[in-house]
Amino acid sequence: MNHTAILDAHGIGWSVQGQPIVSNVDISVRHGETLGLIGPNGSGKSTLLRMLAGLLTPTYGEICFDGKPIQQMSRRQIARLITLVSQQAETEDRITVRDAVELGRTPWLTALSPWGADDEAAVNQALRAVDMEAMSTREWNTLSGGERQRVHIARAHAQSPQLLLLDEPTNHLDIHHQLAILDLVKTLPVTSVIALHDIHHALRCDRVMVLKAGKKVALGPPADILTSDLMRHVFSVDARIVPDPAGGASLISFQRIHSI
Amino acid sequence: MMRTDAPRLTRTSWLFITPLVLMAALLFGTAVGETQIPLSTVIDVLSAKLGLSDRHIGSVDEAVIWHYRMARAVVAACCGAGLALSGLVLQALLRNSLADPYLLGISAGASTGAVMVTIAGIGAGVISMSVGAFAGALAAFAFVALLAYMSGGGTGVKSAGVLILAGIAGAQLFNALTAFVIAQSANAEQARGIMFWLLGSLSGVRWPEAWLALPIAGLGVGMALWHVRTLDAFTFGAENAAVLGIDLRWTKVLLIGTTALVTAVMVSITGAIGFVGLVVPHACRIVVGVRHRQLVPATALAGAVFLILSDVVSRIIIPGQVVPIGVITALVGAPAFAFIMVRGRRR
Repeated sequence: MNHTAILDAHGIGWSVQGQPIVSNVDISVRHGETLGLIGPNGSGKSTLLRMLAGLLTPTYGEICFDGKPIQQMSRRQIARLITLVSQQAETEDRITVRDAVELGRTPWLTALSPWGADDEAAVNQALRAVDMEAMSTREWNTLSGGERQRVHIARAHAQSPQLLLLDEPTNHLDIHHQLAILDLVKTLPVTSVIALHDIHHALRCDRVMVLKAGKKVALGPPADILTSDLMRHVFSVDARIVPDPAGGASLISFQRIHSI
Repeated sequence: MMRTDAPRLTRTSWLFITPLVLMAALLFGTAVGETQIPLSTVIDVLSAKLGLSDRHIGSVDEAVIWHYRMARAVVAACCGAGLALSGLVLQALLRNSLADPYLLGISAGASTGAVMVTIAGIGAGVISMSVGAFAGALAAFAFVALLAYMSGGGTGVKSAGVLILAGIAGAQLFNALTAFVIAQSANAEQARGIMFWLLGSLSGVRWPEAWLALPIAGLGVGMALWHVRTLDAFTFGAENAAVLGIDLRWTKVLLIGTTALVTAVMVSITGAIGFVGLVVPHACRIVVGVRHRQLVPATALAGAVFLILSDVVSRIIIPGQVVPIGVITALVGAPAFAFIMVRGRRR
């Protein structure tokens, strides 16, 4: 990991009907890092990710990819650089795993350019990365939640982006699959920004950004910023960070503050 | 469950299969009818007309085969392909398995536009019936989309129910407008003719109509084939399509605009033929799978063949009487619609 920025957001904000959802956020995503995004429900995590993905145009502020404003890029140009795995992307179509992953090649193909060896290789590699090669002919409606999430990540991987955005990818998964998805994302050779629901997962990220009511509260390595004070202020809980005596990941012990 | 081994055809096989099947259907459409004409005569007339032979056939048989049945079969094919593809495109873009030009009120709007030009005389001879139908189709779709959006369907039109309810409201409104225009302006004779046409009918269709339908159907097929990857990209919804690099606004304007144009022109020729756009794409999905590079050619071909056959049935089912083709497609389509709804509920 080096410290040069791949994506820079300068003072971006988004409001709907005069109601600010995200206000004046600065963020600089570094090459190769895994950046966690945490905050209470409704703190603007999804909206921020959608702006970074170019799906929402900020009401104010500017987002630059490698120094170039993404507002000036076409959808296809953005899709070759940045992809998003959103929370609920479902289908009733009886699409196979392989076909779903092949969709990731869309920004690299035109009506006249046929499917090529590069595309085939990217899809195979993506299926291998999420360990779904053996299930490539399975139909969507036969997959479990964790398998579907892996297919979405494979689709995003096949898109060959430089920046991968994930919106609470571990939602509705059991603990084993939560950790499997997070480990998978960390092993992919791509910069990623992950909105996370579980603060424990944030401890596994290189850096964490904390949002409250659409504003940036803190940004830094999890060990530095996830303090008792911050948890009380942002999540209204008393928290103690307990190192695992066996040397594993630290634990956070929570106690709800009654007077909120 | 393993993948159903759907037949995957290459581009070249589609290029071979499509003309063969289409020619067989057209031949069937011209050979079968109330007047019994031997198949050999039919083939003689067709080869003479296509410049393959110079045999002269009796003028009555020739008129029936070429000017009546062949023109009808060609229009049926264009209409079937156009309406089926319109349904397919709407289902893909709106992520709604019940989307169809008829159910979304587009056909009703086209009827209103056509009736306003022909009966109420709006445009005073400057605007053709097809232009009127196109304006009506766009107006109806705009109304339905706006209603669905305002009642909480969201920009991606997430809720299937909201869109269909809006479509029902739109269809009712525009059908009422059509009936109002007819009641106000048409005499009894005109009214009867229009009512028959509104149910969807190929009666009275000749070559001039075929020459209008052919390029429009060609445009619809070409546009859908050009956008097969775009349509695939909508599999996981509109936002995911945008993530995959699809310009949503441009795509919707282009593809829904084409759909409205194709539907409008077809309705201006044949009246509102229902359920083709709903049933044919679903039947094709079962056979060739959900990827559009297979689904688009299959749907166009199946739609063309389905409507040619429906027309044949409409001509011979009651001896001495022609049933509107819309009645036949609805008799097939309504049960299929019910089946899709019930299956959708079980999911």
